[in-house]
Amino acid sequence: MNLFQEALAWLTSPDRASGTLPLAEAIGQHIGFTAVSVLIAAAIAIPLGYLIGHTGKGREMAVGLSGAARAIPSFGLILLLVLVLGVTRSEIGAVIAFVLLAIPSILAGAYAGVQAVDRRTVDAARSVGMTEWQILLKVEAPLGLPLLIGGLRSATLQVVATVTLAGYVNLGGIGFHIIQGLQLRRYEQILGASLIVVVLALTLDLLFALITLAVRPGGGSGRPRRRLATS
Amino acid sequence: MNWVLDNLDLIGRLSLDHLRLSVVPIVLGFVIAIPLGWVAWRLRITGAVLLTVAGLLYTIPSIALIVALPAIIGTSLLSESNVTIALTLYAVAIMSRSVAEALGSVDTGTRQAAVAMGYSSWRRFWGVDFPLAGPVLLAGLRVVAVSTIALVTVGALVGIDSLGYLFTNGYQRRIIPEILAGLVVTMALALIVDGLLVLVGRALMPWTRRQPSASVKESAETSFGRGVNPGGAA
Amino acid sequence: MHAQHQRRLVAAGLATAAALILAGCASGDPLAEEDGGESSSSDAIVIGSQDYYSNEIVAEIYAQALENAGFEVERNFSIGQREAYMPSIESGEIDLFPEYTGNTLQYFDDTASVTEADEVYEALVAALPESITALDYSEASDQDSYNVTAEYAEANDLTTIADLANVDGEIRVGGPAELEEREYGPTGLEELYGLTVAFEPTAATTAEALAAGQIDVGNVYSADPNIAALGLVTLEDPEGLFLASNVVPLASSDIADEIAEVINAVSAAMTAEDLVALNQESVDGGSTDDIATEWLTAAGLV
Repeated sequence: MNLFQEALAWLTSPDRASGTLPLAEAIGQHIGFTAVSVLIAAAIAIPLGYLIGHTGKGREMAVGLSGAARAIPSFGLILLLVLVLGVTRSEIGAVIAFVLLAIPSILAGAYAGVQAVDRRTVDAARSVGMTEWQILLKVEAPLGLPLLIGGLRSATLQVVATVTLAGYVNLGGIGFHIIQGLQLRRYEQILGASLIVVVLALTLDLLFALITLAVRPGGGSGRPRRRLATS
Repeated sequence: MNWVLDNLDLIGRLSLDHLRLSVVPIVLGFVIAIPLGWVAWRLRITGAVLLTVAGLLYTIPSIALIVALPAIIGTSLLSESNVTIALTLYAVAIMSRSVAEALGSVDTGTRQAAVAMGYSSWRRFWGVDFPLAGPVLLAGLRVVAVSTIALVTVGALVGIDSLGYLFTNGYQRRIIPEILAGLVVTMALALIVDGLLVLVGRALMPWTRRQPSASVKESAETSFGRGVNPGGAA
Repeated sequence: MHAQHQRRLVAAGLATAAALILAGCASGDPLAEEDGGESSSSDAIVIGSQDYYSNEIVAEIYAQALENAGFEVERNFSIGQREAYMPSIESGEIDLFPEYTGNTLQYFDDTASVTEADEVYEALVAALPESITALDYSEASDQDSYNVTAEYAEANDLTTIADLANVDGEIRVGGPAELEEREYGPTGLEELYGLTVAFEPTAATTAEALAAGQIDVGNVYSADPNIAALGLVTLEDPEGLFLASNVVPLASSDIADEIAEVINAVSAAMTAEDLVALNQESVDGGSTDDIATEWLTAAGLV
């Protein structure tokens, strides 16, 4: 029997609904961890990114941070934090790792979005009498939304992948089935679980693609709207 | 950091293994991406398909790809070549988009001048387009190198040892300095390779030495926002 | 480029991709070592080990003992789980491997019902394929065992696994993810002891989880230094849920006689306490090489 068929058989078997971690619960846990981590990271990174983008200060730091974050082996980070915080708090350790890994992308998306807004638009807003806060919230943030969404998208996908690896410390999620399958050397289990992860990742990616389309402001890339155009 | 000092030879040996496992995907990825990126840049439909596939490939979490490849191409899950192929695929996915962007960043006027001067398309590509696309290519290559070096560690889950061995072994024995050493050395390797690439870039493209062009910076930065940032593959 | 040319390219690309996928959708076993895998130089003895630090120490001891006796040795450590490396031992790609009698017996014959060390060894010898020879087994053992904290044992008056029937309420059993499916896991507890338990995966940190109260009963390897360090109590196993699992060198039959003398001396010298001590040194941060050398020197074997 074809390996993919075996994997599908494993996925659809009624055993998947029982046992220590039913598949549906695993998927739920996986999404849950991802959502919580990305939200926390966003709460930290978006305001910071907006600040950097608006004031222009700290850009080098932000770029450097994003670059350095790419070099962090997420697997090692999880194991480190789980050991440091202790077995009883392994979930917290893991979530901290996820948040740390998600911040750089969101930060970059936030500040790139604000930076990409045409300076003339910003100047025009300033000359019309908007306060710095108003400029940030009413002009730069909305126009920068597509890039911010892009950053969130990157971050989410990275976290989904890392949550999978966290199966090694028994965090649950779909990773549990991959790790168990690796230990039991049952390829149909490893492949089946991996396929679920792939589908999850692709679905989230599609969702973000749709959101990006939906938030594109009329002009697309921050071209000044008629009212604010300089004469 | 007594543990580190006592185990320098282990760390050294694993570092060499790690580099060995990283080099092939980076180089092969770059080489394969050039024609693919060129196609993506020249042909609109094919290009769109290619880049979309590359983007989708990039969203697949690394452990899932490593596990799925044996079912698709018949490698053994326990073999190094399986991990190498997976990493190469990621490298190609990132680099193709980079090559396409790089070629697109070359000034049309310059290219037209080359045509006017009678350069054949082969010579035009290698003599004009490619060198001028250099800075953006380098930026993409740096991203590929750094993320590949980080991804090699995932191989530890399927028994392909690199510095990632320090993670699993350190976790088993509860030796925090061991895991930390793994993290630090891996990141140091990435930093060193990144630095080397920058130096190579300056050597090969002396005209960029004075000031990286604004477009390079922009494209490097905004690639984050467009989801090309290797965030997907962890 | 002409649109027609483009279309042909796309078609060619799709066709290639489809061909690859169909061709590769073979049913070959992805967990088997690939043919033409790591082949050793003709005379070197290839020694493998599991992806388990304790097993690696024993493998290193074998390696150094053989080198000291004049053999050429090639190390191929942390290969992975049994199902991954056993075929390599059978084919002779790997010449020597430290294993555990009980677990290996169950791998080759899962209907085995013997539990005493001697019996398990005899049964193993009978069950092994022609190409693998088991050398003498050692007193040292490292097997799965169920443990509880000292307080829990006292509170519930526990000395054997059967005593768990005394416990009111839910019993949470923890261990690596695979325990859920193993014969000595929850299913075994139910069949042999009539206990219904809840399973909670605890990865490599089972001992700590037990000590922290996250689980009530934990599957910890008997040579794990954490048992002593955390004051855990190992429950006795009168019904033979776990087979005795002593350290036994598995060798490729064609070189077994050559190395028997050296390796058997090692096995004879290693006691159960020794193994725990070796593990403790490793957990304290010692390097595998040094630990192995020290033990061999102390045992007078090098």
